Amino acid sequence: MLYFDHCSSTPPHPEVVRTLSEVMLKNYANPSSIHLMGLEADKLIQRARQLAADLYGTKADEWVFTSGGTESNNLAVKGAAKAYSHRGKHLITTAIEHPSVYEAFKALEEEGFSVTYLPVEADGRISVDKLAEVLTEQTILVSVMQVNNETGAIQPIAEIGRLLSAFPKTLFHVDGVQAAGKLATDLKGWEVDMYSISAHKLQGPKGSGWLYVREGVSLVPVLSGGGQERGLRSGTPNVAGIVASAKALRMAVQTRDERYNRLMRLRSRLASGLADMPRLVIHGADAASGTIAPHILSCSLPGLKPEVIVHALELEGIVISTKSACSSRKDQPSRVLLAMGCEHEAAVSSLRISLGDEHTEQDIDRLIDRLRVVVEKLEPLAARRHK
Amino acid sequence: MIDYNLIIIRFGEFTLKGRNRSRFEKRMFSQIRTALAAYPGIEAVMDYGRIYVHLNGEPYRNVCERLQSVFGIATLSPVITSEPELGAIREASLKAMKAFDSTPRTFKVTARRAWKEFEHNSQEMNNLVGGFVLRAHPWLSVDVHKPDIELRVEVRKEAAYIFSEVMPGAGGYPYGTNGKAMLMLSGGIDSPVAGWLAMRRGLEIEAVHFHSYPFTSEQARDKVIELARKLSFYSGSIKLHLVPFTEIQTALASINKDNLMITLMRRAMLRITEQLAQRHGALAIVTGDSLGQVASQTLTSLNVIGRVADLPLLRPLIMMDKQDIIAYAEKLDTYETSILPYEDCCTLFVPKSPSTNPNLRVVEKIESILADLDMMVEAAVEGAEVLDIQPSQRSAATDAGEDDWF
Repeated sequence: MLYFDHCSSTPPHPEVVRTLSEVMLKNYANPSSIHLMGLEADKLIQRARQLAADLYGTKADEWVFTSGGTESNNLAVKGAAKAYSHRGKHLITTAIEHPSVYEAFKALEEEGFSVTYLPVEADGRISVDKLAEVLTEQTILVSVMQVNNETGAIQPIAEIGRLLSAFPKTLFHVDGVQAAGKLATDLKGWEVDMYSISAHKLQGPKGSGWLYVREGVSLVPVLSGGGQERGLRSGTPNVAGIVASAKALRMAVQTRDERYNRLMRLRSRLASGLADMPRLVIHGADAASGTIAPHILSCSLPGLKPEVIVHALELEGIVISTKSACSSRKDQPSRVLLAMGCEHEAAVSSLRISLGDEHTEQDIDRLIDRLRVVVEKLEPLAARRHK
Repeated sequence: MIDYNLIIIRFGEFTLKGRNRSRFEKRMFSQIRTALAAYPGIEAVMDYGRIYVHLNGEPYRNVCERLQSVFGIATLSPVITSEPELGAIREASLKAMKAFDSTPRTFKVTARRAWKEFEHNSQEMNNLVGGFVLRAHPWLSVDVHKPDIELRVEVRKEAAYIFSEVMPGAGGYPYGTNGKAMLMLSGGIDSPVAGWLAMRRGLEIEAVHFHSYPFTSEQARDKVIELARKLSFYSGSIKLHLVPFTEIQTALASINKDNLMITLMRRAMLRITEQLAQRHGALAIVTGDSLGQVASQTLTSLNVIGRVADLPLLRPLIMMDKQDIIAYAEKLDTYETSILPYEDCCTLFVPKSPSTNPNLRVVEKIESILADLDMMVEAAVEGAEVLDIQPSQRSAATDAGEDDWF
């Protein structure tokens, strides 16, 4: 199988799997226990925390281990809104966030918060000027994803950070799930208050993630329980998952620049290979703009049902995805593409190809070739339906 | 970024000492070389009353920062060197001025002609260099009394030195030039600060810590090791004596003289420390006592406790306020470790109302009833575990598990 769905999940690195299994077998004690076995498990977590801190130039205490991106995003968004609701009730996010952010804001609306959903331009990016217009003294939280999971559009996080530095009472959360290990990130320099990472998007295990919480920011926890992770995330820490994730994060961040360049070349090859296909639309900005992530290519073939293409390619031994995995089972147009101003027809027919470390130029060529064959076969059927 | 190629190190008060000076200087020189071991390009040269550190491309900012933690250094300056020739000195002065943006400021040149054969005397150099720099920087104006910027030019036979910055060093005496002392290191905020102040005064330090496993935890041990590690950054390495105190502590607790518990404990600790001092050739005991801070640090308590030791008890913090001590601890980066909430010997069995006014005779009477106290003290001294702590050593947390798991 040729797997091109890295935005949904990545193949775990064998080294990560080895760590996971060894730690799981050896350090099974509960890290909250006070005996030496418990302490040893706790030290492993501390070491993992220190590693994450070193990779991002922060303090160790600023990292909270969670069950993944969804929990990190929920903890950041709900936790901050609730902790600072005495300052104001206005929140800002974008129309293109991942459901774990978007739905968290919807839930807060039910609780009486008012939320501004910033629109995006045709390139899938928000406008910092528009953000400046809607910011008020009542705004307690701004949450913007670093890389969109459907289109790969990179949001202007540094500029937003600069804008928000004049609003010390407004917290800034960034969903970095699709960006970690792919894009250079400067949490301190960009004045980011919270940052979410998921391990399985960077060759780590599922069920493990991080939330960076800047020193001085307090959050209301989502889970009630034993008060682990400085009270921010109750529940017995997943020691093996945490250590394995730390290793995955280290490998991903340390090879980030190489990965960026390599994937960018593969993405360009893919984009130019698809360019002359009739009716195919590639969404988002041109790679030359520097505002598109290296590992995501989103496109539509209006008139063709995307799931038919996915299944047809599967028969050829190739795995790609429709819009995003989290919403692909709903037969609805992509919220993200509609927000970018796509026609309904394009928004219901989007495909997402996402790349990883194991891909070669030959793999890309094979994907292009098979996609052309499949589409040629299906085209007449689509045309007939249009009549 | 300025192309500094040299750092001038000036010594502290020990330069005043006549006969011992060369010993101090030699020690200073080796301390500096150890501190800068991470910068292989560096070349340190001893000169009369100062040390020149040739950077050879190493980053001056990091080197200066590292040097600022070395005891015995009064001040240091990053320097641009040039040929001892007017044109070259003027060019180098322009380079040195790149440290400043074009905010209007006052300025003067202070030249010193140490090489008397140089064609212009100091006063002439002030004008020749000052005028040149002024013409190139219209935002400067001259103020010879209290200038914002003082550009210094030193002309020596081998080279001219141009600099504007004089950074403070740690001061004090080179580490270990004033003898050796034992430091009672509890794990709290105060004792690491006391240790640092003692070290700065030229004392070599060996740390002594008491543990009462299973009443105290492994974490308390890790914590004190981490504190010793942080102190070792200033000395190069430090010996840590871990003394088993459980037996003495339980024996003292069983007398049921709750309000004197702390007094008795501290006296036992002092006895043990003094014996360790004798064994390791130390001539004093350093403690983190600060007058009145807790029950064992009232004047009466200090008197009753201190009586058991013959060696001088050095208490660098005795007259300091807690806030000042905390400020030091933060600067030394020991504060965050010190406030970790693990119980140590001194917080164990703390009575509800410890005596602030213990009676020496009563205390001595109680001790005389404890027939095996001396033996227990002896056993504790014998049972002490010695660790050689290095600054590069990894903390317990970063040493957990297998390296290849991470």
